[in-house]
Parts: sequence; C-alpha cells; structure tokens
Amino acid sequence: MKSWKKTIIGATAGAVMALSAGFAQAVEIEYWQYFYEARVTAIDTLIEKFEAENPDITVKHTTFPYADYRTKVAAAIPSGQGPDVVQLFYGWLNDYVEAKLITPLPTDAFPPAMIEKEFFPMVQAMKKDGAYMALPTAVRSLALFYNTRLFEEAGIDGPPKTLDELVEIAKKLTKKDAAGNITQVGITTGMNAQDHHWWREVLTRQFGGDPYKDDYKTVNYNDEAGAAALKWYSELETLHEVTQAGFMDEGQAAFKAGRAGMHIDGSFRIGALKSTRGLKWGVAELPAGPDGMKSNYSSYWVNGITSKATGEKKAAALKFLAFVTSDEAMQIWLDTVGELPAKPSAALTDANKADPVFGPFINGLGYAKTTIFANESGQRQVIMDAMQRILLEDQSPADAVAVAAEAEQKILNEYYK
Amino acid sequence: MNWYRKLSIKQKQVVWAWTFLALPVLFYVVIRFYPTFGSVLLSFQDWNLLGSKTWIGLENYEKLVADPVFWKVFNNTFIYLLLGTPVSLLISFIIAYHLDKVSFLHATIRAMYFIPFMTSAVAMAWLWRWFYQPVPVGLFNNFLASIGISQLPFLKSTFSALPSVLAPAIWAGLGFQIIIFMAGLRAIPQSYYEAAQIDGVGPWTVLREITIPLLKPTLVFLVVFSSIGFLRIFDQVFNMTTNDPGGPLNSTKPLVLMIYDTAFNAFDMGYAAAQTVVLFTILLLVSLLQLYVMRERT
Repeated sequence: MKSWKKTIIGATAGAVMALSAGFAQAVEIEYWQYFYEARVTAIDTLIEKFEAENPDITVKHTTFPYADYRTKVAAAIPSGQGPDVVQLFYGWLNDYVEAKLITPLPTDAFPPAMIEKEFFPMVQAMKKDGAYMALPTAVRSLALFYNTRLFEEAGIDGPPKTLDELVEIAKKLTKKDAAGNITQVGITTGMNAQDHHWWREVLTRQFGGDPYKDDYKTVNYNDEAGAAALKWYSELETLHEVTQAGFMDEGQAAFKAGRAGMHIDGSFRIGALKSTRGLKWGVAELPAGPDGMKSNYSSYWVNGITSKATGEKKAAALKFLAFVTSDEAMQIWLDTVGELPAKPSAALTDANKADPVFGPFINGLGYAKTTIFANESGQRQVIMDAMQRILLEDQSPADAVAVAAEAEQKILNEYYK
Repeated sequence: MNWYRKLSIKQKQVVWAWTFLALPVLFYVVIRFYPTFGSVLLSFQDWNLLGSKTWIGLENYEKLVADPVFWKVFNNTFIYLLLGTPVSLLISFIIAYHLDKVSFLHATIRAMYFIPFMTSAVAMAWLWRWFYQPVPVGLFNNFLASIGISQLPFLKSTFSALPSVLAPAIWAGLGFQIIIFMAGLRAIPQSYYEAAQIDGVGPWTVLREITIPLLKPTLVFLVVFSSIGFLRIFDQVFNMTTNDPGGPLNSTKPLVLMIYDTAFNAFDMGYAAAQTVVLFTILLLVSLLQLYVMRERT
C-alpha cells in the first residue's frame, strides 16, 4: 500500500516541478489586433514561424471585431491588462504616446537612422523625440478595381488613365431598367468608404489644391480646387448618372456582386475579392488628373509595445516586433492579406512591381500622401455630410466645401488646443 | 444571537426585510449608483480614456448648448418618442383587444406576434435595412418598381429616414406590448361586462367606460416603459445607418447614438458624459411627468 502511495506522490511532485520549470522558461506575450480573416491567418503564420525560431517564447494572439477594437484597446491598456504588443492605427498612436502607454522602441535595437533608410518615408510620422514609437508591417494605398467581364461586355479596352476617361467609361458601364432605375453602376461612390480619402488627398490635389497646411492642423481645401474636385465627384451622380451613392448598400458589395464596373478601394480589399467566386477583376492605378498629376492616399497600422510589457516580456516583445517588421514577414503579409510591405526593399521587388494586382498599389505608394487625422470618423462625417447636402439639399459644391472646411477645422482646433 | 431574541416581531420583520434587501441594495449601489455618480463627475472633466482627467467645470455643458447637432439630435429623440409611443400602443391595443376575443389558434397567433420581440435587434435592423434598399436589392423598392411605381427613398432621405428606422422598432416591440395588454384585459373582472350586457350597453361604451379605465395601470406601465425605450433607441438606428451613422445629415441620430459617437469615435469621454447626464435628466423628467399625468383620479 505504502509503496504505490509514495510512487504517486513522487510522480506528482516530479510533474509539478517539470511543469513549473517549463512555465518559468517560456515567456508568453500577448498580441492584439482586430479581426479580419486574412490578417488573422497572416499573424498565425508569423507566430508559428516565430515560435519555431524562439522556442522559449509563446505568443498569444487575440482579436476583436473591428467595431469594438479601439475601445477594447483603450480600456485595456491603461488598466495594465491586455496586450504586450498591439496593433494600432497610425492615427491613434499619438494619444497612446502622450499617455505614456506605448514604450518607445530602444534605439540600439531599432536605430532611427536605419529605420529611415529602410522604411517608406511616411513611417517617419512615428518618430518622436529621436526614437520610433511603433513600426508597421504593411502599408496600404488606393487603386481602381475594375470588373474585366463587364469591360469586355461593353467593349472597353482597358481601365481609365485620366478622370475624363473614367467618366466616359463609366457611362458605357451603367445600366438602367425601363423606369430609369440604375441596376448597374459605372463606378461605385460613397464618401463613407474610401472615397473621402480619394477626394481629400487625390482629387483636391489633381484640381490644383493642397488640402491641408501646418502638418494637417489647418484645413486648406476651401478654395476653387476643393470645390471643383467635389463638383466633379458629385456630378458622377447628378450629371452623368453613372453611379448612385450607397448603391446596393455598400460599394464593395456591388462590386463583388458584379453590379459595378469600377470601384476605388484599398489594398486590403484584395484578399476578399480574390475569394469571391466567379468575379473577374483587374487593378489599375488611380486615374490621373486634368494635367496628368497623380496622387494617392496611404495609411497603415503599426505594431507598438505597451507599457505593460516589462523585463523578459519586453525583451520577448521586442524580438517579436523585430520579427513582424522583417522583410520575410512583410512578404507573408503581402501574400496573405494583400497589404503592401512597409519597406521598399520588400515592396519594390521586380516580382511585386510587375504583379498585375499589387503593382498598381505599389506604384501608388511612390506618390501617396498620408493624412494625419485627429478624429478620422468625425472628419469623414464632415465630407459625407458635404456630399449629402449636395445630393439632398441641392447645395452648391462650393458652399458644401465651405461648410465642411469650417466643421473640420473645428474638430482639428479642439484636438490640437 | 441574543440580541435577536430580544427583538419584537415587528423589529424581526424589519431585520429580515433588510437581509433580503441587502443584495439588491448592494447591486444598485455598485452597478447603478456608483457609475451614475461617476459619469456625473466625468461630465465636468476632459478625458480621452487614455490620459489623465482634467477638471474643466461647465465647459462640456456650454459646448453642448452651443452645438447645433445636439439640438437636432434632441429633436430627433423626441420625434422617436412622440411618434413611437402612441403608434405602438394604439396598434398593440387594437391587436390585443381583438386577439383577446379570438379563441381559434389563440396561442399560436400570440406567439407569432411575440417572435419579433425575441429576435435580435441587430439581425432585424439589417434585414430591414436591406428591405429598404433601392433597386436592384431592396424588397420594397423592387416590388414598387415591378408594379410601375417610382422608388421611395426610405433611409436615403432626410424626411423619410426617421420613420423608416422607427417602423421596425415599433414592430419589434409589439409582441411585448400585446402580451401585457392581454394580461391587463384578462384581469378585468368579467362581472362588469356581464352587468353592462344586462344593461344593454353598446360595445363602444363598454370599451370607453369599462375596458380603458380599468386598463389604466397597464397603460401607465406601457407608456412609461415604451417611452423610455424610444428615448433610448439605438440598436435600430446604429445598425440601419452604419454607412452614415445617424444620417443622412443627422436626420435619424438619437441622443444615445450621439453619446456613442462622442465616446467611442471621438473619445471625448467628458463631453459624452455630459450628454449622458442630459439623457438621464430627460428620462427622469419624462417618467415623473407621465406618472403624474396618469396618476389615479377617481
């Protein structure tokens, strides 16, 4: 009797010791991002590779629906809960840095000079007091998606190169029923999606304007260029009747359903479109302006280390951060999510540049601008309302732009006061 | 337990009452009152959820009064209330009144009216959102187009958007109101109706003189309950207008959506708290007013 009792006690003690030794060795760090299937797959792949290279570190991957993500992060980090490494939208970072919730990246492991040499210049917005606060794996830009089947059907050779061509092609692609109701749009529109970026950073510039001044603290689109840009955009619906704001609820849904000839969207849409069966589509650079000017909007999500990570967790977190911002990780991200590498060395490879899908986005990065938002949804609402006033209240584009400029300046003033 | 034995029966009852009340009291203090006072305090502060809070006095309230969007939203909130409560109560009373007289498949019909109430508001809002779409996806507009009537804008016009959002909210609440009305109707003693029958009174008089007066407690409960519901409307609006939250041009935005937007998009927690305090005050006043107006007058 005694002997088996001893055996059990011995075995249990041994197991407990072995387990606790195991726990002591393995550092677990937590990584947070929002839920988007391709992004989740990409990070899972990266974690697998990282853990294989670093057997003493485990990474716990947690996701939240996009709608809750910002709130969850903002509630969790100040209370010392939540992630060690977190993905934040570039526009949010400032608030976190000011509240000292993001640890600056140590300059020995992440020398600023090297980052500036290796990454696209837009990443420099992440630098503060001589150190980088966070780094992106991928960057995004806009491009024109077009439905090749509808193009063929309408006898159109290829995507539009200029804004004028866009209007002409859109006319050929639009279909109406006997009562004049649009059943297929030439191009999707809706300021709520990516179009407010298109208008802000691309159209206003192409019509000769410069949308902001003082590091995006002063609205500057309240001029002829801004009004002309909004007039051109609104006339797609009011004059040329090649679109309908919110057609089929969402532009991307209409495009997916094959009911839209063209659709302007970000590189993050590639993954979702690729998995849409029966849809044949191509990508082109955004059409050039009247004088041939090209512009684009670029944004990105960054990986930062929170103040929660200290000691060996911080060391592990830094290792993980270095890994997810490596060329290798960027290529995996590009192949899985369709978001573009944040380093020219990984982005501007011959294969990527020649890629019919990624190529136009990568070319767009070269001349892209990154809006620094104080409150992106608020600033977006301002442009959406301007468009609604034109459509619903017959306001002139010039007046609509003037009201919008005033409203947006108010948001900026409140934020930077 | 010596002290307990010395108590009188009355005192013992008090002790027991408070013992049982302790849990709800604790619940209300921790879950209700503490956050309420917290948000009142927050409404005098500036806080972005991340940094430290700074005391700014009445600044949030001054901003609120000067904000045209707030007054638009304030208006909308009352339109939801003033349209939603009477319309929903009228419809549910008519249905309950007639359903009460139906015995064929009574339980089945009642259950069918109740199903929307049990359905997730989010799922329902999205379904209605698609119903309202223009051709080629919208059910309603496809129907109109097929019989040669021009499309209705529904959610896309500043005039019709609010009623379009309100309709599913009313429809979803009907089941609950019908059940409560029917319980109220069943609680009226049959003898009154028998007496009325003996006196040879017509159905209108029966309704006016017996049914409605005796339904008063039910009516008070439903008016207060549904008023609070419509003043706090959010799910339907939020889900039906995600492309332009509360739009077009703020025409459907209720106070709760503005609070949500201020708190979780602009991260201006102090300002959102000030709006919350205003909503709380409105809810309190409306409830007190209704209780006063509909108090027993015999």
